Amino acid sequence: MEFFADLVLLVDSTLRIATPLILTALAGLVAERAGIVDIGLEGKILASAFAAGATAAVTGSPWLGLIAGIMSSLALSMLHAYVSISQRGNQIVSGMAINIAVAGAAPTLANFWFKKGGQTPLLNDESRFSALELPFSDFLADTPFVGPLYSDIISGHNLITYLTVLAVPAVAWMLYRTRFGLRLRAVGENPSAVDTAGISVSALRYQAMIIAGILCGFAGTVLSTGLGAGFIRDMSAGKGYLALAAMIFGKWKPVPTLLACLLFGFVDALQGRLQGIELPLIGEIPVQFTIMLPYILTVIILAGFVGRIQAPRASGIPYEKDH
Amino acid sequence: MVPGKLPYWAENILLPILNLMAALLVSALVIWGLGEDPFLAMALIFEGAFGFEEAISYTLYYATNFIFTGLAVSLAFHAGHFNIGGEGQAMIGGLGLTLAVFMIGDTFPVLAVVCAIAGAALFGAAWAYIPAYLQAKRGSHIVITTIMFNFIASAFLAYMLVGPLQRPGGQMPESRDFPEGAVLTPLNELMAAVGWSFEEGPMNVSLLIALFCAWGVWFLLWRTRFGYELRVTGQNKNAAEFAGISVPRMTIIALMLSGALAGMMGLNELLGEQHRLLGNFTLGYGFVGIAVAFMGRNHPVGIILAAVLFGALYQGGAELAFEMPTITRDLIVMIQGLVILFAGAMEHMFRKPLTALFMRFPKREAV
Repeated sequence: MEFFADLVLLVDSTLRIATPLILTALAGLVAERAGIVDIGLEGKILASAFAAGATAAVTGSPWLGLIAGIMSSLALSMLHAYVSISQRGNQIVSGMAINIAVAGAAPTLANFWFKKGGQTPLLNDESRFSALELPFSDFLADTPFVGPLYSDIISGHNLITYLTVLAVPAVAWMLYRTRFGLRLRAVGENPSAVDTAGISVSALRYQAMIIAGILCGFAGTVLSTGLGAGFIRDMSAGKGYLALAAMIFGKWKPVPTLLACLLFGFVDALQGRLQGIELPLIGEIPVQFTIMLPYILTVIILAGFVGRIQAPRASGIPYEKDH
Repeated sequence: MVPGKLPYWAENILLPILNLMAALLVSALVIWGLGEDPFLAMALIFEGAFGFEEAISYTLYYATNFIFTGLAVSLAFHAGHFNIGGEGQAMIGGLGLTLAVFMIGDTFPVLAVVCAIAGAALFGAAWAYIPAYLQAKRGSHIVITTIMFNFIASAFLAYMLVGPLQRPGGQMPESRDFPEGAVLTPLNELMAAVGWSFEEGPMNVSLLIALFCAWGVWFLLWRTRFGYELRVTGQNKNAAEFAGISVPRMTIIALMLSGALAGMMGLNELLGEQHRLLGNFTLGYGFVGIAVAFMGRNHPVGIILAAVLFGALYQGGAELAFEMPTITRDLIVMIQGLVILFAGAMEHMFRKPLTALFMRFPKREAV
């Protein structure tokens, strides 16, 4: 029974940890499917985490925080789009530049406005997206098996986590069932064909970056106002990069990407649980090694299970019209 | 003049300067927004970087780091790869250096320095080998794997520094001090030996090693058969394969050389100045190397110039943070990001208007 309770806790934290990862990975997926490599996901979620945390702290409203988070992420997304599409700059350099600039700008602004050493003030429950209790969860809590499953795992997450569950089918539908999605995929594979058909390559790629920006805005907002209670320095902690790895592991497809994110979330939750626990035979694992676990797993997955895969053919290559 | 082509000096000197100006303009706006005088801030940065001998020593000390990491990124880039793992390779290189120093430093300090240099390069190369192998043989995305290896290196270094390598009785994540003599000489002492008195500072022999490496990279890339093959691989994999060059082998060798260069950053930081191993001593120098390489147009001479620029930004920024209370190190990180953005990613921004400008005055370019 104790094992079952442990498992429930583990699954619960997996879902929590995976939420920003899924949203970010979907953002990267939409961008790359349209031919834009977006290493700047990390910076975008950090910026929106800061904007959301700061706005929620000042106004007391998580909704205004969400709007601020989305706007800031969108602005960076448009900057990356401008550099990659209009300027035909190097997309990886642009993304890294955004990550570094935000890593400096967010604590600078936090310090300037709140004077708390680069953090935003702690948010109270009213100004966060706090846990939602689904109907009957109290009532069912004591029922064996079903109780923990429903009350602990399904109920009790924040709103954005529930929205994330909807985001995966929404993105999948958009990509595979709409005309826009068809064009978006085409522009990532063969932009000159799209161009020949009289459709603007630039416009499509800008639209994809708008979607990516909005998704990252949600991801950052959930970090500072859903999972945490306020912005702290380096809050994104490599999630943008992990999301990219998950997207590659998921072969640039929404549902496999979701599963990859859940796996990463699970490993992260597991490493949290492993800290300070004596394992049979091995003994206690030093905390630095449990921290490595998700990263090592990523490398193993990329090397061992994914192998040579084809990215969207035109991703990372600026499109130049023949004159 | 070929239409749409800029003269050499405009392409390689004027454009980078314009890009840098744009980055500084945006930074100035941010500083102004924070309620400080941007002109004073810029003056303080310049004064802090070049105003006195000790400042110059610091600027060149930081520049040494950037020469190593910039060369590392550039060498991999010439082979067609993005090595974002300079940070991790520098950390593990620093570890190799430290191990060599502790193993024989007490008995043979001079030999230890030689071994430490080799250790830094070897460990850095070894840390690059795994992602390189995975890229070459398994097609694993090198950008992702090197980033993951940065995280792993950081955690591993943290483990070593609170575990086996921690200073006995210490609480901080740092090793004990290197033995007396097993360090690289400060340059001002060398200069004093030839009769040039220069203020004391952290600038050390690593700068000369870095400059030698820059020459070495130039020679390797543009004066040897291997370098030619490496550049062909980077330009066109199919052509390289057709010419009988083994692309996987090239990938692995280029990335290991890149890792060795990044690993040697520790020479400057640890062997030259700190004289002990510190957790996270790399402080993002590996990432800035990307900007240095791009701004230096992936040529060793350009990289040295760009490295001095970033060194000045680091040193001047530190002085600025000291003088102006609202400005912290974070702001300097942001300014670096902006410089990378404008000088690295948006390098084409001024090309079109500038080309148009040059086209209007064609006479002066006539033969």
